[in-house]
Amino acid sequence: MTGTQIFFLIVGAVTLIAGLMVVTVRNLIHAALWLVATLFGVAMIYAILNAGFLAVVQVVVYIGAIAILFIFAVMLTRRQAADTGASINSNWWAGAIAAAATFAGLAFLLKSWSGFSKQAAAIPSGFDAVNQLGNALTSPQGYVLPFEVASVLLLAALVGAVYLAFNKK
Amino acid sequence: MNFWNDPLKVAADWLSGIFTGWGMNSVAANVLVAFLGVLMLITILMVIDIFLVWIERKVVARFQDRIGPNRLGPFGLIQPFADIIKLMIKEDTTPDDADKVVYNLAPMLSMMSVLILWAVVPLAPVMLGVDLNIGALFLIAAGSIGTLSIIMAGWSSNNKFSVIGAFRQVAVMISFEVPMLAVLLIPTIFSGSMGMNAIIQHQNIWYVFLSPLAAVIFLIAAIAELGRAPFDLAEGESELVSGYNIEYSGMKFGMFYAGELLHAFTFGGFWAIMFFGGYRFFGLEKVSPFLAIAIILFKALLGYWIIMWVKYTVMRIRIDQMLAFNWKFLTPVAFVLVMVTALMNALLRGAPSWLFVTGMILSNIIVAWVALEIVRSISRAERERIEGPKQVAEAHH
Repeated sequence: MTGTQIFFLIVGAVTLIAGLMVVTVRNLIHAALWLVATLFGVAMIYAILNAGFLAVVQVVVYIGAIAILFIFAVMLTRRQAADTGASINSNWWAGAIAAAATFAGLAFLLKSWSGFSKQAAAIPSGFDAVNQLGNALTSPQGYVLPFEVASVLLLAALVGAVYLAFNKK
Repeated sequence: MNFWNDPLKVAADWLSGIFTGWGMNSVAANVLVAFLGVLMLITILMVIDIFLVWIERKVVARFQDRIGPNRLGPFGLIQPFADIIKLMIKEDTTPDDADKVVYNLAPMLSMMSVLILWAVVPLAPVMLGVDLNIGALFLIAAGSIGTLSIIMAGWSSNNKFSVIGAFRQVAVMISFEVPMLAVLLIPTIFSGSMGMNAIIQHQNIWYVFLSPLAAVIFLIAAIAELGRAPFDLAEGESELVSGYNIEYSGMKFGMFYAGELLHAFTFGGFWAIMFFGGYRFFGLEKVSPFLAIAIILFKALLGYWIIMWVKYTVMRIRIDQMLAFNWKFLTPVAFVLVMVTALMNALLRGAPSWLFVTGMILSNIIVAWVALEIVRSISRAERERIEGPKQVAEAHH
C-alpha cells in the first residue's frame, strides 16, 4: 500500500464520518461546521487526485461562501440552534433503500468501466492543468457555450434575488 | 550545488541521507524532512511574529508622538517576551454555556489560516514551500478559513457583542474578497500564471508601474480582510467592547492578536509579490538566496508599515459606509479595471515595452479618473438632495 493510498483512506474515512455527523447532530450550527469538514475532506480528495484548482475552488466557493451563508442564515433566523424531536421519520427505510441502490448502481457502473483497476498514469512534467481547463472553458471547440449559459443562469438568479429584495417605494 | 546557492535542497538531501542511513525507508525519510521543513518555517514565522508585536507598538507610539516600550532590554526588545509570559500564565477563562470545542478550535483555525499562506510564499527563487499554479486563488481560500474561524469564535462565545462583531467582520471579509479576487487577476493577466514564483519571474517591470490602481485596490481590500482601521468596525470598542474575541483570555486571545499581526505582515508580503517584484531587486536576488530572503522580508515589512500608517491615520467607518464603498465603488472599479487591462494587454501584446507601460498607466489613470468623477457627481447630487441646493450667498464668503 502506497502513502497516497493510506492518505486517501484516512481522508475518505474522515469525510464520511463528518458527512454522517452532518445529518445526525442536533445542533444546526454544529451540523454546518461538520458540513465544512466534509467539504474540506472532498477538497483534499481533489488535491490527492492532482486537481489543485478544483480543490481550491471547492474551499473558496463551498466553505468560504456557501457554508458561511448557511451559518448566517441559521444564526439570523433561529432563536434555538438545537432541534428537538425525532431526527428520522417513518419513511427512513425508503431513503435507506434509495441510498443503497444509488451506491450499488454507481459501484456497478464503475466496476464495468475498463479503467477501474488500472493505476493512474503519471502526469507528464510541465503539464499545466489550469491552462488546459481555461482553454477548454473558453474555446469554441470546448465548452464555451455551456459555460456562458451557466453564467447567464447565475446572472438571472442574481437579478431575480435583487428584484425580490428590492424595496418598492 | 553548494549550500550557498540552494540551502534548502542541500539541507534536505543531507537530512534525508542521515535518516536513510539509520535504516529508514526513503519515502518516509522524505516525508519526515518535509515535515521538519514546515516546522522550521512555522517556528521562524512565530519568532518573527513576536517581534512584530514590538514593531507594531513602537510604530504606533511614533505615530502618536510617544516613545513606546523602552524599559526592558535595548529599545524595549524584551518587552514582547514579557508579554508572552504574561499571556501564558493568565487565567484561562471559558464563558458559561460556551460551545467548548468550537470555542477552543477557533483561535487555532485563525492562526492556521495565516500560517498556511506561507506555503505559497516564495522567499527566494529556490526557496518556497510549493509552487502552486493557483497561488492567487490559494490566498482567497485561506482567507475563507479565517472567515470561518471568526464566525466560530463569535458564535461559540455565547455573547451578543461577540456575535455582532463576528457578523460585521464576516460581512467585511466576504465583501472585500470580491474586489481582491478581481484585482489578483491583473498580475495573472500580465504574467500568464497564477503561481507566485511565475508572477515574480515575469516582473521585469514591477506591476505597480503597470497597474498602480490595482495595487491600491489590493491594499484596500487587504486592509479590510485584516479587519484593521478604517475597517475595524468589528472591534468597535465604543459599541462592541472588542468584537468577536471578547470572551477569549490569555494565550487564546494571543493567538487572535498574533494572527492578526502576522496576517498584516503576510499581506505586506503578498503586496510585494504581486506588485513590487517580490524577492527581485535589480538582480541582487541572483547573488544569494539569503539576499533574496532579506529583500522580500524588507518589502513585506515596508508593506506592513504602510498598513500600520493607514491604520493609525484614518478613522473608523460605519458598516453602511463600508458596504457602500465596497459594492458601489471598489467592486465595479476592480471589474472594469480587469476588463480594461485584459483588453489593453491583448491590444499591446507585440508592442515595445515603453509603449506597453505608457498604455497601461494611461488606461489606469483614465479608469481611476472616470470612477472618481462618477462618485463625485453622485455624492454632490446626494448632498444637494439632503441639504438643499447650495446658497449663492454662502459661496461669497
